[in-house]
Amino acid sequence: MSLQVISIILGSLTIASALMVILSKHPVRSVIYLVVTFFFITSMYIMMNAQFLAIVNMIVYAGAIMVLFLFVLMLLNLNKEVEPVTNRGAQISALIAGGSLFLVLISALKETLILGQNYRTQDSSIGLVKELGNLLFSKYIVAFEITSILFIAAMVGAILLAKREKQIIE
Amino acid sequence: MQAANSIGTSLDFFLFVAFALFTIGAIGAMTRKNMIVLLMCIELMLNAVNLLLVTFSTYYGSGDAQIFVFFTMVVAAAEATVGLSIIIMAYRNLKSIDIDMFNQLKN
Amino acid sequence: MAKDLTLILILALPLIGFVINGTIGKKLPKVLVGGLATSVVFVAFLLALTLFNGLNGVQIVRLFEILNYDQITINASFQIDALSVWMTLIITGIGSLIHLFSMGYMSHDPGYHKFFTYLNLFIFSMLLLVLGSNYFVLFFGWEGVGMCSYLLIGFHYNDLQKGKANSLAARKAFIMNRIGDAGLLLGLFMLLGQFGTLEFQKIGTALIANPALQGGAMLLITLCLFIAATGKSAQIPLFTWLPDAMAGPTPVSALIHAATMVTAGIYLTVRSNFLFELAPFTKEIILYIGLATTLVAAFMALRQNDIKKVLAYSTVSQLGLMFVALGFGAYTVALFHVTTHAFFKALLFLGSGSVIHGMHEEQDIRKMGGLAKLMPITHFTFLIGTMAIAGIPFLSGFYSKDEILAQALHHNPAVYAILVVAVTMTAIYMFRLYFLTFHGAFRGGDALRAKVHESGLSMTLPIIVLAFLSVFGGLLNLPGLFFHGAAHWFDHYLSAGTFGLSEVHNAHLDFNTSIGLMIFASIIALGVLFWALRNYAKKGALAKADDQMSAWETLSAKKLYIDEIYDLLFVQPLLKMSAFISNVFDIQILRNGVYALANGVVNTAAQTRKWQNGLLSSYLFWMVLGIILFVSYYILKISVWH
Repeated sequence: MSLQVISIILGSLTIASALMVILSKHPVRSVIYLVVTFFFITSMYIMMNAQFLAIVNMIVYAGAIMVLFLFVLMLLNLNKEVEPVTNRGAQISALIAGGSLFLVLISALKETLILGQNYRTQDSSIGLVKELGNLLFSKYIVAFEITSILFIAAMVGAILLAKREKQIIE
Repeated sequence: MQAANSIGTSLDFFLFVAFALFTIGAIGAMTRKNMIVLLMCIELMLNAVNLLLVTFSTYYGSGDAQIFVFFTMVVAAAEATVGLSIIIMAYRNLKSIDIDMFNQLKN
Repeated sequence: MAKDLTLILILALPLIGFVINGTIGKKLPKVLVGGLATSVVFVAFLLALTLFNGLNGVQIVRLFEILNYDQITINASFQIDALSVWMTLIITGIGSLIHLFSMGYMSHDPGYHKFFTYLNLFIFSMLLLVLGSNYFVLFFGWEGVGMCSYLLIGFHYNDLQKGKANSLAARKAFIMNRIGDAGLLLGLFMLLGQFGTLEFQKIGTALIANPALQGGAMLLITLCLFIAATGKSAQIPLFTWLPDAMAGPTPVSALIHAATMVTAGIYLTVRSNFLFELAPFTKEIILYIGLATTLVAAFMALRQNDIKKVLAYSTVSQLGLMFVALGFGAYTVALFHVTTHAFFKALLFLGSGSVIHGMHEEQDIRKMGGLAKLMPITHFTFLIGTMAIAGIPFLSGFYSKDEILAQALHHNPAVYAILVVAVTMTAIYMFRLYFLTFHGAFRGGDALRAKVHESGLSMTLPIIVLAFLSVFGGLLNLPGLFFHGAAHWFDHYLSAGTFGLSEVHNAHLDFNTSIGLMIFASIIALGVLFWALRNYAKKGALAKADDQMSAWETLSAKKLYIDEIYDLLFVQPLLKMSAFISNVFDIQILRNGVYALANGVVNTAAQTRKWQNGLLSSYLFWMVLGIILFVSYYILKISVWH
């Protein structure tokens, strides 16, 4: 199988699973399909030799975040009755808006220089852990450290929000 | 450039996929009313952008964009944490996860 | 003492009095307030006398710079010359007498300190007006005296019966003056544009160096200045405020509306003689306006029944007479009449004030009569004043009036004829006033008669001094045929010491004509005196009630309906326009417009608010639309580039 065929198959599977995310009625299924989509995106990272991001995507997104989603869904114990109904007019208008957005974005692609460049011919070493590590701990060290504050803030916020109010009163 | 031949082997294919994912995410965010699905759609859009960034990073041969993707993931993780805890709070108070129920801020 | 210091003191003293009385005057005893106000003016008069004594050419005293912009510099500078010192003498001299009089006249008034504050401020403003060496300082004083006039006319604004009328009179005076002030301001701007300076001397020398400047610009400038003069000096068409201004206390009428402020227009014209000499057409206008004013005002005075109103119209008439002299270019003659008029008109007003004070605020001459026995000093001095203004020989008014008549005869016999009519009317209404007030039987009722009394010393003393001046004031400028050496002293004094006046020469009549003129004038005055004596004193003719008057008498009493005509021509249209603007324009266009605007904003906001519906999906929808627009914009831009 040529690489061309593989990428076309991967691309269509990505889009198909993404569509299933928004089409499936049950949220748990949506989460599962989203995980699948992330897997396919990871495969695309690998195709572009972005090894570090591929790993991180797999672990953080597909692993941690999605499991968190799943966990919350289970926790809330949602059933069919709770699932909100969407109205038809909103769907149609959303479809039109999204379609035209897609068209516009594609037409923006038409003039770009990137058109027709083969990804195999590019310098493939930049996505390696070593290269990114060098960048992350030299040029972006400040931003990296600040993310830790962000995480602490998010953690404290999450705990505070999810705590039961009665416990706060006590 | 042979655009017809190069489908699947060129970088613009990834761009196409990214656009498609972004559009799907946007449509999903507009149509679905379940807050958790909404959050997932936003994750999907974020991932589309990530893919876009990686593609351009490859094209330009520069790692900075990939670092940016890394930070996006960090922010997305934080956002998901806070977002989900907000949803839990909301569900506790309203017994619903319909996003349209949460339009009380304007009054 | 150095001259400049003296000058500054003259200016500063009334200002000090104003500040002290204006700030702590309410707490001080009345004697102190009045004494202070009177003494500052009197000291200023003494200082002015020393200036007068040491007068030597023109001297400029520069205090500080007011404005310096581009090439225009305006200084607060003052001028010591014959004209300004003479005016200062009149203002401070008569001013201090009237201050003294006011101490008695206003003694029962609750606004005692306020009155003297205003009076001092007025003296200060008037001194600024006459002492300034440029039009800017003059304008300052001009506005200042206008304001003081307004304040003093409406002094009893809270009087129960007449408060409203007083306020209206003050307002009328102020508005009328405003029209004139606008003319002055326009003239000033044109002068500034033409010469780049407002200094009298610089403008004058520039004009002498470059006589080609005469013509349209001069005509416009002098016309504007003359409009200002008509406003301040109550000439047609802006004269109706002066009779109404009698609403103010009588010392105010004497000081401001007879002796000093109303002569500001004449001062302005004399000061600007170099401009007027280059605009013959304006002089013609001045002549005829003055002529019309003197005639009309004299006619109106014939059947007035308010003692002060008669004097007011007489003032207007005399001012008209002065303008006739100015129209002939006889500046010194006009100023001579200003001087004598200041003497006898102040005397008459103070006399009438004494009468009103003695009669307990009664001003109607139909209720007076027989006061000669009750108020002997007032009666005697009033008689002198009456004779002076009527032109009885060898009193001051006789000389000054005769000079004007001589000028008229020399230039234009027709004008002379009209002036004779006006002068005759002057004599008639003055003697009518005198006889109705002081002779015959008392008509005010027995209750009032018991209360009538002669005024105190502080009131009679100024009157006596003024009476002396009225008798002997004519000696200042004796005609040539009496004493050849001392004759025309005043003319020489002014011409020698005032810028521009040495260029102008009065007409001199030959001996026979002038002596004939005098005899004719004397015959008229004496004839009227005897007619009045027979008519009023012997036959006891009285002022008629309103419904018994013949047509011309009604016309005179109603002031030719000028007020009504002005009301119809200017006030009513203005009121109608204001009503239109307030009722139609304001409500229909402005208010509704503003409401429509506000409603538009509210409606738009209500519509816009619907977009903020709190539904996340709709926000997302708009966001996506925005992204589409942005991206398409860039696509289009790029495709345009290619």
